[in-house]
Amino acid sequence: MSDSQAGQPETGCKRIDARFAALREAGRTGLIPFITAGDPLPEAQVALMHALVAAGADLIELGVPFSDPMADGPVIQQASERAIARGIGLDEVLAWVRDFRRQDAVTPIVLMGYLNPVEIHGTARFAREAAAAGVDGVLLVDCPIEESASAAPLRDAGLARILLTAPTTPDARLARICEAATGFLYHVSFAGITGADRISHDDVRARVEAIKARTRVPVAVGFGVRDAASAAKIGAFADAVVIGSALVGQLAGAGDEMTLCQRARDFIAPVRAALDEACASKRDAMNA
Amino acid sequence: MGKIGDFSAFPDAHGHFGPYGGSFVAETLVAPLAELTAAYDRLRVDPDFIAEFERDLAHYVGRPSPIYHAERLSREVGGAQILLKREDLNHTGAHKINNTIGQALVARAMGKRRIIAETGAGQHGVATATVCARFGLDCVVYMGAVDIERQKINVYRMQLLGAEVVPVTSGSKTLKDALNEAMRDWVTNVADTFYIIGTVAGPHPYPRMVRDFNAVVGREARAQMLAQYGRLPDVITACVGGGSNAIGLFHAFLNDAEVRIVGAEAAGEGLASGRHAASLAAGRPGVLHGNRTYVLCDDDGQITETHSVSAGLDYPGVGPEHAFLKDSGRARYVGVTDEEALAAFHRLARSEGILAALESSHAVAQAMKLAAELPRDALVLCNLSGRGDKDVHTIAAREGLSL
Repeated sequence: MSDSQAGQPETGCKRIDARFAALREAGRTGLIPFITAGDPLPEAQVALMHALVAAGADLIELGVPFSDPMADGPVIQQASERAIARGIGLDEVLAWVRDFRRQDAVTPIVLMGYLNPVEIHGTARFAREAAAAGVDGVLLVDCPIEESASAAPLRDAGLARILLTAPTTPDARLARICEAATGFLYHVSFAGITGADRISHDDVRARVEAIKARTRVPVAVGFGVRDAASAAKIGAFADAVVIGSALVGQLAGAGDEMTLCQRARDFIAPVRAALDEACASKRDAMNA
Repeated sequence: MGKIGDFSAFPDAHGHFGPYGGSFVAETLVAPLAELTAAYDRLRVDPDFIAEFERDLAHYVGRPSPIYHAERLSREVGGAQILLKREDLNHTGAHKINNTIGQALVARAMGKRRIIAETGAGQHGVATATVCARFGLDCVVYMGAVDIERQKINVYRMQLLGAEVVPVTSGSKTLKDALNEAMRDWVTNVADTFYIIGTVAGPHPYPRMVRDFNAVVGREARAQMLAQYGRLPDVITACVGGGSNAIGLFHAFLNDAEVRIVGAEAAGEGLASGRHAASLAAGRPGVLHGNRTYVLCDDDGQITETHSVSAGLDYPGVGPEHAFLKDSGRARYVGVTDEEALAAFHRLARSEGILAALESSHAVAQAMKLAAELPRDALVLCNLSGRGDKDVHTIAAREGLSL
């Protein structure tokens, strides 16, 4: 997909930028699955990531488990609790990324999580280790731009800092976020927690189009995307869709690697197909 | 940290107490918090708002609460004179009502009709349900399933007052999880809902706002000391969970350099046992529930489960202003064990005829320790933040009785 397979592997922002450039060129909507690292099967974590890519993922969001995930709903909180009970922390997550990178130098990986595990690890140390492991971006849910000083070492290490926008974000603030964005913007489609089901497509479309008009980076939409149909609707106007709780719920309880990867493929493949179909019909409509 | 000249200058406009505090929340909450900050900044200097708050404190809460000289207790301890600031005599039996009245008035001014709250022991939940009944507001209280089990009477009190109590079954099923759940409700229903946080934690402006509403405790106490004793106390002490009653007492004294300030944290079964809730004495700086402060967590940054005989102190974080006071050296924070608190509970009951809340019993235990080391003419002021009726079942159970 990119030159980097042959020559120098891209890192950090560059790998994300390259992936979105390729998507744009192909006229496709990006598909970003979110999984909670270490759930349900730590030993199959890397196999699961490869399976997601094989089924059509363009970028992987890897959730770093945290005991008090205020912005997440019950599905992801429970996945985090299970991972924590197995002793999964940042060291394990970074080791998996390193392992994943041995076979895949092009699929960007974004770590998504909360500040406390990063600060306790040491933010500068985390940034160095994450970049070295092959992480490309970091989304810190509880670190808004006002507290950016806390995240400065991430950018120094060449990592993209993925920022959130929300329906409640006022215009002046949106301009600041659009200005500061690197990698891509993650638009939270509605005011709520992950995994809830309240979404008005017209509102989201209007909002996303307003954001796209103001920023250089692509806009991914998450929260409330749960299956092929909802992904296709959002994919009609977003640069990428993030699908999290529905996938995490589907994977929960898988007892072995084969079942786990099969479930991942069964879930992702129809979403991929629906996104591509919607993009194809959009191109046809534009050509007609 | 350099020497601080004026402690009343904190927090800054973004809620920072030195390196602590701030607003570490998901994007969805940034605008609602900004709206709340703007409303509160307007109201806190509005003479009508202040007058209504003070009227409610006088006629509904029953303020001022007295300072009581615990003479028999002081004699038994054999040192300094122990003075009790009687917040237990407030309506609903604790300092918590100072804050819930203030925030309910803010909610009303902002046109919010639905109130949510988190509660641990149930005292803040009861105080919230109480003001909601009085102001005619809908009230939903999130409470950990474990806490519901150990505080059944307060659950029923909230229901009698018309509140809906929602059990929280995630995580450790205690106060911190109730706070997470309330925050999620707020994120989802932010248009019509006001979140009344019960302690001086959470994102800006909560640590400041809750402090301001509770600061009446210290303002009153300072004036009462001057009127009754002609001088300030030598040392003041209060229990610290999230730290709202403590900051309430401490704040008016922060610039009185001659007054020593000591916070009593829950040392549970002892700091060495790992089963405690002493975030300042045994934790480290981190980020929890929207603010940077001292937290109890493991090396992966996971918040650890806490233990205290008193549900109200059973919290793995602490208000950011306390973190700031600790680092600046202005206040000292020490651990008081379950056993010491229980002993103080019994001692106060027998010597003064006062059943203190188990939370407040930690402060009483600390006051006794401080008094023992000071001369007879020294004055130790202790915040008796709540009454102990709610705890009689817990105490009976520990002594092998079933009521």
